[in-house]
Amino acid sequence: MTNVRDLPIGVSAIVNKITGQGATRRRLMDMGITKGTAIYVRKVAPLGDPIQVMVRGYELSIRKKDAEMIEVTFGEGK
Amino acid sequence: MMGKTIALVGNPNSGKTTLFNHLTGSTQRVGNWPGVTVEQKAGTLLHDGKTQVIDLPGIYSLSPYTIEEIVTRDYLTLDAPDLIINIVDASNLERNLYLTTQLMELHLPIVVVLNMMDIVEKRGDQLDVAGLSRAFGLPFVTISALKESGLEELFKAIAEPISVAEPITYSIVVESILDTIEEILAPLVPKKLRCYYSIKLFERDRQTAGKLAIPEEGQAVMEGLLSRYEKELDDDSEAILINERYKFVTKITRQVLVKNSEKASFSVVIDHIVTNRWLGLPIFVLIMYAVYYFAITTVGTWGTDWVNDVLFGSIVPEAVQTFFDSIDIHPAVSSLVVDGAIGGVGAVLGFLPQMAALFLCLTLLEDSGYMARVAFVMDRVFRGFGLSGKSFIPLLIGSGCSVPGIQASRTIENLQDRRMTILTTSFIPCGAKLPVIALIANAIFGGASWVALSMYLLGIATVIFSGVLLRKTAIFSGEASPFVMELPMYHWPQWKSIFRAVGARCLAFVKNAGTVIFLSSSFIWFLSSFNWQLRMTVESDQSILAKIGSAVAIFFAPLGFGSWQATVATIQGLIAKENVVGTFGVLMNTTGSEAEVAAAFSTLFNPVSAVAFLVFNMICMPCFAAVGAMRTEFGSAKWTLFGVLYQTTLAYVLAFIINQLGSVIVLGAPFGAGASIAAAATAILVFLVVRPAPKKASPMWGSLAKPMVK
Repeated sequence: MTNVRDLPIGVSAIVNKITGQGATRRRLMDMGITKGTAIYVRKVAPLGDPIQVMVRGYELSIRKKDAEMIEVTFGEGK
Repeated sequence: MMGKTIALVGNPNSGKTTLFNHLTGSTQRVGNWPGVTVEQKAGTLLHDGKTQVIDLPGIYSLSPYTIEEIVTRDYLTLDAPDLIINIVDASNLERNLYLTTQLMELHLPIVVVLNMMDIVEKRGDQLDVAGLSRAFGLPFVTISALKESGLEELFKAIAEPISVAEPITYSIVVESILDTIEEILAPLVPKKLRCYYSIKLFERDRQTAGKLAIPEEGQAVMEGLLSRYEKELDDDSEAILINERYKFVTKITRQVLVKNSEKASFSVVIDHIVTNRWLGLPIFVLIMYAVYYFAITTVGTWGTDWVNDVLFGSIVPEAVQTFFDSIDIHPAVSSLVVDGAIGGVGAVLGFLPQMAALFLCLTLLEDSGYMARVAFVMDRVFRGFGLSGKSFIPLLIGSGCSVPGIQASRTIENLQDRRMTILTTSFIPCGAKLPVIALIANAIFGGASWVALSMYLLGIATVIFSGVLLRKTAIFSGEASPFVMELPMYHWPQWKSIFRAVGARCLAFVKNAGTVIFLSSSFIWFLSSFNWQLRMTVESDQSILAKIGSAVAIFFAPLGFGSWQATVATIQGLIAKENVVGTFGVLMNTTGSEAEVAAAFSTLFNPVSAVAFLVFNMICMPCFAAVGAMRTEFGSAKWTLFGVLYQTTLAYVLAFIINQLGSVIVLGAPFGAGASIAAAATAILVFLVVRPAPKKASPMWGSLAKPMVK
């Protein structure tokens, strides 16, 4: 178990849980980062933050601090 | 009979605006939602000339966390349009249909418009539209908003009677809890909206709960059910519903969408270079330089100079003057028209070429998809002091002219970030402030180059200072906006929609800013041309403005420039900052050559008060044109007033500190009462910045959004 912040670039994992609460958590889920979804870390911004991920076939930019909220596991998605 | 109302709902970047333009032609009105500054566009359907079309803000969900979402859901539930057109980006099906599942809970008829099918086809994917329509129980129409195909079918679909959408079926337990909540709501909410409200209460949506007076026992029952189920699933109720919606959407998309191979899209390839770890910044600098070069240095300025110097500098006034001379009109009237009115109108229109050039660039960046990358690249730099990555563009443009700079803040979606950017853009010295800086640098400091440099540094420091300070006040507090941003696919700009957007922006500026600039310029003209006996005066020191200047000069005395000339110059600077220089020339009876002004100037100021004067003029409220732009972008007179007061107060305090402490340190004046107050003021400013942020209050939009509730 790890979180998206700690995933190396170019690695894909399965979302297990979104921790935290409030607007940011809801936004992450609304954007399709829900339990069982595959998330792929595309790159890091030139200044080291935010990161770019691919989820449900589109590209999304998330700050590292918020990426910590996304717990992931390696394995088969649903 | 009133016509029908159609609401256009969809994700950002789904092609909503393009579709709106196709549906309404050029009949749209742009305004703000009552009580909040979220743009509202309305128009009449081109097809029948009477159906109202409302373009709702682009949203991803009906959550209570952003002002756009609240505006949308309040409109849909309280104003109940006759039909929702839900525009769906077919190339990004799952996330777009997730919003559709929420719209289906509103008990309204829905037509789903599948846009960007050409991208799906180009990818080689196959989409079963009929299957989609069956699974959702909604009519689906395929269009290409860009290629204007499929619009006839859409018009046909709208004209037919459509039954109210049925909400999706949740899992058995969720449905049974929803049933219980609906029963509790039965006496409180009309039947139509009970489904929506029960789902919102299931999500523990506080904004919705706050509107209903639910009896305590009902609340206890709901809470009991929800917390038991939450414990069982080890998740909270909000996440449970979102998961179920996405599961529903995923299941259907797997059935209807056959994907070709997973090859990297064109966009990903471009991004590989454009936001590359090493190339990203140089490319960003290059693009920004190109924008600045085009809009400020070359094309925009040529146009603006031509309008200012040729069109409204000689052609129009000379023609009007000749006409007035020929009919022998009273000189006061001709002066009012030529110097006041035409001067004022010219001042407004003079900004247009620059603004059009800038908006062309901005719309291009926005339309192509690069703007989101600007935020991606710059976010880290700006978020530390309460601004958005996209604030870079307004501030950069602001170094040319604050007016387009402030208008460029339009590209920042987040309301708080946008307000902060509007408020701080004019702190960056604009082109018109340079002559003022040059005047002081030459007259007092022998042309030292550090003067200009330090004014730019001061501007940047003031932006950062204000960002940090204001974020800690009640006005800008509230939950930090999540920076979870879609990086839309790149696509070729659509010239037709770009020119339409540029035209609309220019028109809005002329309408809004025009009134502010025109009225205030005319007023200042009147004050400077008449004496108290309401006679036209040639002696500038006899004008009402000069008298007022002498009266309020005392206000500036603590800043070290309590002469009436300095005061009048500052007031004239409100029309245009470069006026400060010209006014000194006139008021001090020099011929106006820079050397002479400089010589006369040095009699009014010492080095410390000169810096204080300069700082005050840099930071205080900008020229009327910029205030007009602030008014347009804030969309609120109250916010504009707050902005102007904040800027002027900050300028006063800074100039005061510089003059008082500077006199002690540089000029060796005794440390008196003034210096003590200045020292205290410095301490307060430092405290305001370093103090910990107060506990998060409820966000300001909470109270602002209330007028929407009927």
